[in-house]
Amino acid sequence: MNYLGIAAIYRFEMSRTLRTIGQSIASPVLSTMLYFVVFGSAIGGRIQAINGVPYGAFIVPGLIMLTVLGQSVANASFGIYFPRFTGTIYEILSAPLSFVEIVIGYVGAAATKAVLIGVIVLATAGFFVPLHIAHPLWVMFFLVMTSITFSLLGFIIGIWADGFEKLQLIPLLVITPLTFLGGSFYSINMLPPFWYKVSLFNPVVYLVSGFRWSFYEHSDVSVTTSLVMIAVFTVAALVTIARIFKTGYRIRK
Amino acid sequence: MQQDDAIHITDLNKIYDNGFRALDGINLTIRRGEIFALLGPNGAGKTTLINAICGIVRPSSGSITVSGFDHATHYRQARSFIGLVPQELTTDAFESVWNTVSFSRGLFGKPRNPAYIESVLKQLSLWDKKSEQIRRLSGGMKRRVMIAKALAHEPEILFLDEPSAGVDVELRKSMWAQVRALRETGVTIILTTHYIEEAQEMADRIGVINNGKLILTECKDELMHKMGKHEMSFTLRDPITSIPPDLASYPLTLANDGNTLVLTYNTYEHNDVSDFLEKLQINGIRPKDIQSRQSSLEEIFMQLVEAN
Ligand SMILES: Nc1ncnc2c1ncn2[C@@H]1O[C@H](COP(=O)(O)OP(=O)(O)OP(=O)(O)O)[C@@H](O)[C@H]1O
Ligand SMILES: [Mg+2]
Repeated sequence: MNYLGIAAIYRFEMSRTLRTIGQSIASPVLSTMLYFVVFGSAIGGRIQAINGVPYGAFIVPGLIMLTVLGQSVANASFGIYFPRFTGTIYEILSAPLSFVEIVIGYVGAAATKAVLIGVIVLATAGFFVPLHIAHPLWVMFFLVMTSITFSLLGFIIGIWADGFEKLQLIPLLVITPLTFLGGSFYSINMLPPFWYKVSLFNPVVYLVSGFRWSFYEHSDVSVTTSLVMIAVFTVAALVTIARIFKTGYRIRK
Repeated sequence: MQQDDAIHITDLNKIYDNGFRALDGINLTIRRGEIFALLGPNGAGKTTLINAICGIVRPSSGSITVSGFDHATHYRQARSFIGLVPQELTTDAFESVWNTVSFSRGLFGKPRNPAYIESVLKQLSLWDKKSEQIRRLSGGMKRRVMIAKALAHEPEILFLDEPSAGVDVELRKSMWAQVRALRETGVTIILTTHYIEEAQEMADRIGVINNGKLILTECKDELMHKMGKHEMSFTLRDPITSIPPDLASYPLTLANDGNTLVLTYNTYEHNDVSDFLEKLQINGIRPKDIQSRQSSLEEIFMQLVEAN
């Protein structure tokens, strides 16, 4: 393993993150606050508690997931797309690094930033609603796993994209609908049977459900199912990336 | 294959995704410690060849070994020997010079060595710019940053893809001196260039590539012997009808109804015309104008390409 090489990529990406940390944090924190004003205070007061959890508190895990998913995909896709765009990727390609090492460096940095922002959003939420966390370690586990998995997805998007528009396209067309329909703002048990079934094809449902369970010990689907789905998703992303590097798809000419 | 060869390429082909054949059956051996200049017109395949060796372009077929290591199956060892300065200026805009050079060293798995990085930056006159963001540097400085990045991991083999593009004369001279100094330390250097003086000045051996084919590799001395023609035209005050016997030993021709005397000589063998000028005077031949031209690289290419 070229550990120093991984560390170099990781440090490089983190220093890019830290240069713009203000902007990176400001936007998710602001939108979280807006969500709380609208859903928590204004509308939330009229919505009855779900499974005994007041609505304002109920949406906290979903809101964090929303931010973390978006951040993971955006960070990782930009992180690998940008050197492709500027041409500085030549250096990564000519270095004695395996694809696993390159992925660990880029995805690790993207996931770290997403986790950081997730924690900041969580702290922000604490100002609006009393937080109750039943299983802090599981909270961290779901946060980290989600960040990694969706950073892997972002990495794939960053390699697939051949323009800045495409870089925005998938998050806009796929990730946003999936997160909004993934039970961030409601329990999928509240849906009619047909839409409930459809929801089960949405991977975000399993993330939000598991994550919410680690806060309130209440989930839409069993925690085991959530864990299995995350594992499946991660493996699928890794296999895709391995294939990309093997064929050189869009990286090596 | 000689264990001692820096690079050994056998039957290398590259066909790009759009079907374009950029490399066509390349066989090439680069000896350890030599300076090898790769010449060829635009689009000949120089960059493609370099990128294939460095792992940026995937060869369609053929094999490449670097210091005896196959560049596909033992890519870690193979790549660890190589430093690359690409043709395009591609740098991170916001990083500092120091960080970007240290980053390059890290990528190759080498532990930090601030003293070494400092010496590289000083050699390249970048030391006072070490904390500057790269976007604030001039083009020539950026190119030096690229060289510093390539040297950061102490490579044994250095590729310079058109190092002189966009570089002023002074910097070019100092770069040549640095390249020679590197060679003194045992580094093998492969460079591409469009300036024949550069190849002439620097290279031990020269390879000429055209349309993806390596049409010749030769020691510089032999190549210069064959290719380097120099023409000196003397416009005479008074026309002459024949070349005086005293000057018969020189490769002279009369042109323009005896108004112009043309001396054609080989740059490499003859670079002293002083005795010839003396003899002109002794024989009472007085030029009023002298024009000198050297066969251009293009002309030489044309010769070579036509011959092939
Ligand atoms: N990614 C690519 N896809 C298709 N064709 C390519 C690609 N890259 C280069 N080529 C073609 O391959 C040929 C060789 O290009 P290359 O960059 O190796 O030339 P070169 O000898 O370095 O030229 P120059 O002196 O202009 O730098 C050119 O005809 C070029 O158009
Ligand atoms: Mg080129």
